[in-house]
This record gives sequence, C-alpha cells and structure tokens, in this order.
Amino acid sequence: MSRSMIIKGGRVVDPGQGIDGTYDVLLDETGIIEVAGGIDAPEDAVEIDASGLIVTPGLIDVHVHLREPGEEHKETIETGAHAAAAGGFTAICAMPNTDPPIDDPATVGFVKAQGERVGATRVYPVGAISVGLEGTQLAEVGEMVQAGAVAITDDGHPVMDSGLMRMALEYSQAFGIPVADHPEDLGLSGEGVMNESLVSTRLGLRGKPNASEDIHIVRDLLLAEFTGGRLHLQHISTTYGVEAIRQAKARGVRVTAEATPHHLLLTDEAVDGFRTDAKMNPPLRSAKDRAAVQEGLADGTLDTIATDHAPHHYDEKEQAFDDAPFGIVGLETSLGLILTHVVGKGIIDLPTMVDRMSRAPAEAFGLPGGSLTPGSVADVTIIDPAVEWTIDRELFCSKSRNQPFDAWELRGRARCTIVGGRIVFERN
Amino acid sequence: MASCTGETLFVEASRLLVPSTRTPVMDAKAVERAIARMARELIEMNAGAAELMLMGIHRRGVQLAHLLQAEIERAEGLTVPLGTLDITLYRDDLMAIGPRPVIGESKLPPGGIDDQVVVIVDDVLFTGRTARAALNELMDWGRPARIYLCVLVDRGGRELPIRPDIVGKSIETMPNQAVEVLVPELDGELAVHVVTVPPEAA
Amino acid sequence: MTRTAPSLGKDLVGLERLEPDQISTILDTAEPFKEISERRIKKVPVLRGKTIVNLFFEPSTRTRVSFEFAEKRLSADTVNISSSGSSVVKGETLVDTARNLEAMKIDMVVMRHGSSGAASFLADRIPSSVVNAGDGGHEHPTQALLDMLTIRDTLGRISGIKVCLVGDILHSRVARSNIFGLLKLGAEVAVCGPRTLLPRGVEELGVSVFGRIEDAIEWADVLNVLRLQFERMKAGYVPSLREYNRVWGVSSARLDAAPKDLVILHPGPMNRGVEIDSDVADGPHSVILNQVTNGVAIRMAVLYLLAGGVPEAAEAAKGGGES
Repeated sequence: MSRSMIIKGGRVVDPGQGIDGTYDVLLDETGIIEVAGGIDAPEDAVEIDASGLIVTPGLIDVHVHLREPGEEHKETIETGAHAAAAGGFTAICAMPNTDPPIDDPATVGFVKAQGERVGATRVYPVGAISVGLEGTQLAEVGEMVQAGAVAITDDGHPVMDSGLMRMALEYSQAFGIPVADHPEDLGLSGEGVMNESLVSTRLGLRGKPNASEDIHIVRDLLLAEFTGGRLHLQHISTTYGVEAIRQAKARGVRVTAEATPHHLLLTDEAVDGFRTDAKMNPPLRSAKDRAAVQEGLADGTLDTIATDHAPHHYDEKEQAFDDAPFGIVGLETSLGLILTHVVGKGIIDLPTMVDRMSRAPAEAFGLPGGSLTPGSVADVTIIDPAVEWTIDRELFCSKSRNQPFDAWELRGRARCTIVGGRIVFERN
Repeated sequence: MASCTGETLFVEASRLLVPSTRTPVMDAKAVERAIARMARELIEMNAGAAELMLMGIHRRGVQLAHLLQAEIERAEGLTVPLGTLDITLYRDDLMAIGPRPVIGESKLPPGGIDDQVVVIVDDVLFTGRTARAALNELMDWGRPARIYLCVLVDRGGRELPIRPDIVGKSIETMPNQAVEVLVPELDGELAVHVVTVPPEAA
Repeated sequence: MTRTAPSLGKDLVGLERLEPDQISTILDTAEPFKEISERRIKKVPVLRGKTIVNLFFEPSTRTRVSFEFAEKRLSADTVNISSSGSSVVKGETLVDTARNLEAMKIDMVVMRHGSSGAASFLADRIPSSVVNAGDGGHEHPTQALLDMLTIRDTLGRISGIKVCLVGDILHSRVARSNIFGLLKLGAEVAVCGPRTLLPRGVEELGVSVFGRIEDAIEWADVLNVLRLQFERMKAGYVPSLREYNRVWGVSSARLDAAPKDLVILHPGPMNRGVEIDSDVADGPHSVILNQVTNGVAIRMAVLYLLAGGVPEAAEAAKGGGES
C-alpha cells in the first residue's frame, strides 16, 4: 500500500464533474481516492495545505516539441519534462518532428521510455503520419500506437496531399487515435515568414495569408466529415478557421482544435522591429483574428489550450528575421499568461480554463487524467492564483529561452505539480 | 569664444543662464580705417594689385574680403578676383563639434589659383586651426605662387605655428572672452565686440 | 546662425523612422558634396582615418561602387567584403561576422543583405555606425534619398509633387524607402503594377494604387520605374517579360499621350525593353544619369553626417571653436 496524500482546503475546480468549491482531495499513487469536505486522512498521509490555492486535475499540453532525439542542444525529454512540471503540466504530448523523426515504433518506444526514466511530467509520444514526415507514405501507425503513440501528426509539415490525409483519417480509426494536422497550404504560404498584412508590407517581409490556413482547415474538415475520422487541428490562428470549425462541429464532424497562448494574446505588431522571438508558424495575426481565437476558446470551438512549445538555441534566433527558425517556448509561461490575460481579463472563467487545459486535452487525445473522479490517475496541479511574478527567461528549466513575453508581469502560477501521486515539482 | 565662422554659439547659449558683458572695441569707422590700412599694406607688400586674389573664409571673412576688394579698387583702380572658402570639410574637430547641416560653397575665381598670389581673409585669428584648414584646402585646389593671411582681429592664443601677414587690430583676450566681428550683411552693423562670459558659466 | 544638424543617430537603417527634417538635412547636405566630384582633386579630408567596411552579402555593382566613391572622396579607408570569396558563404552567421568586424575596430559598416531587417539586426549589435545599402525587401534608404534629391533638382521641390512607383512593389526595398521618404516630405505617392506584385495593405501606407499604367502616367509628375527581376517571371508573378512590357512597360507612345511631360527615374540596372523602353531611358525627360551622380553626393552626405558624432558631444564642444 503506497503512502497517501491529502490536499486540504483548496478551491477544487474540476469541470468534468462540475465541481467548484472548497474541498479536500485524497489520493495515492494508484489514483484519486476521494474529493469531499473534511476528509479524515490516514495518519501517515502527506498533508498539503492548499488554503488560498486552486486544485485542478493535472494540466495537459497536447502540443510540445522536445527535440530529442537529434537536437538535444535545444531541449531534451528530460529538460522538457521538468519545464512542463514547473509550468504545472502533468502530461505533455511530444511532436514527432525530431531527427530522426518519430515515425516508427522504436523511436516511439524510445521517447516513451525516456519520459518514464525522467519521472517528471508524463511524456506521450505522438507518431508521424508519414514516413520521414515527407508527406507521401503512411507510417506504421498501428505499431506506433502499440508502442505508445497517442496520436499521429506531421506537425511542422502540413499534410499537403489530400489523398494521404484521407488515408490517415481512415486508417487511424482502427486504433482510436486522432490525426492532428498543422493546417497550412504551402503553395500560398511557402516563402512567408510572418502574417501577410500591413505590418509585413511595412517591414518588407514575405507574408503567409490567412487563406493559406483557412483552405487547409476547410479541406481537413471536409475529409474528417467524409471519412468519419477523428481530426485534431493544431494552433488555429484565423477568424475564418475558427468559424469553419464551429460550423463543422455543429454538423457533427469529429474535430477538436487548439488555441495557443501567443495567438490568444499577441498580434503581428509584436513582430515590429524584426523580433525573431515573435516569429512562429502559424504567425501572429491581426487583432480581429486574435479576438476570433479568444471567442472560439470561450465558446468551446477551440477545445484545448496548447503551447506549441518550440525550443530553439539562442544563436538560431540571433539571426536576420528570414533566417531565424519559427517557434517559441511556452511550457513555463502558459499558465501564468492564461490566468493573467485570458481568465484575468474575463475572456473565460477559471472552470473553463481548467476544461481547456486539462479535461478537453485528455479527451481529445484519449489520455488518462483530466478529471479528479475517484479512480482517475493521481495527476493534480495546485495553482497559486495570487502570486505576482515576472517572466525571466534566464530562470527557465527549459534549455531554450526563445519567447516574446520576457519581463511580462503576471499573476498566478503553478505551486505544486503532482504526477501519479508523487510531487514532481514544488515552488515555495 | 568665437567659432570658426565668427559666430558665438557658446556665448549665446550661456547668456541665457549668466549675463555676459559685451564691450565694443571697434566701431564702423575704426573697422573701415583698419580695412583701408590693410588694403594699402597688401598693395605695398605685393608691389601692386596684379596677380592678387582674395579668398574669404565663410562666413564673415567673405564680407571682409568684399570690403578689402573695394578698398583696393579705390586705391589701384583694379578689381581683384575674389573667391570663397568653406573649410568645414577640412576641420580637425568634426567628431567634437558634430557635422554642420549646411556646408557653404567653396568658390574659386574663374581663372583658378595656380600661380596666383592668394590672400586668405578671415575675421578673427585665434588658434590658427582655421588657417591651417584653409591652407590645406587651397593646396587641393591648385598651386598658388604665394599665400598671405590677412585678418581683421588677431586675438592671440595660437595653437599652431601660424602668423598673420596683415592684421587690422591686435587685441589681448582671456580664454573666457570671445571676439565678435559684426558685418552689415549678417548683423546689421559693422563693428567688433569683445564678449566676456563670467568664469563660472564658462 | 550656425546650427548643428538634427542628428541621424548612430545608423541609417531606413527612412520609415526618420523625421522629415532629418531627411531634408541629408538632402541639403548633399548639395555642396556634388561640387566636390567636379574638382580637380576629388577629395576632402573630412573622414580621414575613419575605417569603413563595405559588407555585401548580395552582389551589387552600382550601389557598392557609389558608396566606394563616396567613401574615397571623403578620405575614409575602405575594405570591401562581398559574399563570394569570404567566410560569408562558409556558413558564418551574421552576428559572428559583425563581431569579427567589430574586433578589428572599424567605424562604419555599409551593408547589403538579402534578409529584411538585417541592417537593424547589425545596428543593434555593434557600436559602429551601420548604413543600410539594402536589406531584403525592406529598405534601401540611400537610393530613395538620391531619387528624392534628383526630383528636387529637377522640379525644384518635393512637396506636392505626384510620384508614381511602377512595377514590382512587393519585393522592392527601393519602393518602400521611396514611399516612406516621399510621404514625409509631402509628396503624393502612387504605385502601379500587376496586383501580384503589389503588397497587401499598401494603400494603408497612404499611397494610391493604379491598375493601369496609362492612368498612372496621366496622374503623375514623376515616374520611378522599378527593375523587374527575371526571377519573378519564373515564380509566376508575371506570365512573361513580353507581356509585362506590353501591359506595364513605360514607352514613349504612352508618355506622349500624357497631358504633361513626366520626369523619368529608374534605380537601375535597367532591363531595356521590359519595364522601360530605350527611347524613354535615353530620352529628354530621363534623369537616370543624374540619379547616379546624385547617388555619390547623397552617400557622402550620409557618411559625413553619421561620422559627426553624437549631438551631446556637439553641444559640449561648441564653445571650443576657433578662428
């Protein structure tokens, strides 16, 4: 019998069960035991005083780049898992665009085993849709799922071949996993490095138009509807994209979708001055698009908040804008940014945030957790909603520092991250 | 202190803070008498006005050169050629003073300066650096037979081994004093003033 | 009264962030520099002892040569580094190149680079002055300044003049710098070209858009005809050079139909028979060679103004002048 743990007196927010109130949470390594008021814990239970704090099912980020194998100078599974734990995440999904890519069962197994060895946040591998992420031949999806893959995607590379996307959506159904796609029509966006807008015109940078994302979203939705497959659309950034997903959901299409903290908070104005820390794909877009993403998050069109955590070594971003890689890190800033600028500004309430960061991602990718129902995995995030802090990239657990939020003053962050009944991160 | 073009930026700026005193040392009559004498000396030194050419240094040197030209004409019945020099690009203190937005024109008389007797005309001779710059610029323009330096006021304080050939008036000055030459075209009157800035303001 | 110039700051990265009086200062300063190129000894010592590196990551003959003449006529010491035959092609990063140059104690860098923003990137990282000689599709400030000087020489003013930029606006750093600079000095600006080569939102910069070259010619006082890069055809922006010439080319027949004589500028190098016909380029209203002459004067003015130190130093030293 493992030692149990009791989290006393916190505001428990578990939207899956409709719980929002002051309760105790009793758990041990086998799972959640009970959520109730005034629980009598076993004498030897570890007690955590959560008064003034928020207790939620463990936060889950379904879109993370861990760079291992192949680019360990940017991030490793170990540093990424610790960064996730520090950000309050109890589970993350590792994208397959590594070197070599995660496109066979052996590499899936490697990532899974590395994650278990580290023993911090749970690391779920996501397999490639196509061999070598080349967009031509379907990868060994079944074997990858058996080895532990929870979804497939060619993220970073959109699946341009509609025939391949159709097959992925059909073939994956046997294994009950979603097909995640990075929606971008390369014929429209190929040379672009930022949103196509007045800002790109002023700066003389080549643009990626909204239409490049919209077209691909609509195509994927049509294919999901046609095949009945489970589609997960990554990092939605456009007004029309949100609307198209909303309509598809109303028609009963099996689709889930992501919003990133940066698309919720920033616009392409952040690129001004050629800031490579604001270079990401999809790019930051207009204020109208940002409002649409916020609205989509609020009404549930966008199911999950995902960071698209994309570490890059500092000297890779220390280049001319055209030459710098896309992407920013987000694991350690996401919760604070969302609490301060999305919940804090009244765009969504706290239970909705927990839904978008825990329950919905668990459901979308079929992961354990996302709820504090008895018997669920004992993954819990304890949040201090009042602590004021300033983002300082030098203090990151991640190996990389690339992000545009440095020196932002935030209110609220993870106090304690519990995975499988064990504290994997604690901040005093 | 006067700047190279005879203006007194420093004095005028500090006048706002601490009152400076202004003492006239030459009035229009005195300047005219000095110019007349300088013209005579020049003619005597050169044994006539032939081959003489005046080069006025921007900006007040140009006005004085015109006065000299008129005097020489009155005395000799001959209009000597007159050119202008802006020595801005030949200064040795660009980094210290900052660039000037408007560089005046350096304009040679039509015949050029080769084999001519060139007279550099300026308002005030102080450190000698303007004269040095003017000499360098003239050398880039050609090869004069002889160069004279002619100034209305020599206030001493030389930093280079340069001496004037013809001087209108020598004035003993302190470092906190500036010599201002006023000319009708720019200042509405013809005069020379010494402006004294109290030491604490300097 | 003598005044010091409004400082340009440390660098000249683009015209977008300059104030109108800073732009006017550069144009005014260029005037006396024109005359130096007419002298027997085409040289003044004002930048003696200054070291300037011409760092060209993209091939360029005219801009580099124009800068070199400007530098040499101001007596600066110059070193040329171009992308062929240097570590630039060996994968050294821009920041390493910059640091190496800095370690050799230089005073200014004139840089041409294929990426937008490269000039400000360099300027932010080294204490020497950086002059942007073209960065990607962003800005080419000295070209626009010489274009403006040529317009001012020819028509006596810039304010109120109608200038139309013709051709590939999308990829053109010359177009951007011209738009920013001309608008700041009060010109009316339009662009004309196939919609595939006009950037999104260009109207929001404050310029008019003409779909047809005939309409642009009817409206404008000045046409600045931009070079059509042959690669644009391969990339499908225009179907063929022949068609481009037929539809968008500036020909004497089209100019003859205009209600007034137009001043014709071209930043070069020209594709005769594509964007501009030879009889226009060589015709009486072409000021293309004046642009080349003014290019040297403008670059001398920019180098001179940037070399002049910081305004604070100027303030402090004003009293130390001499006679």
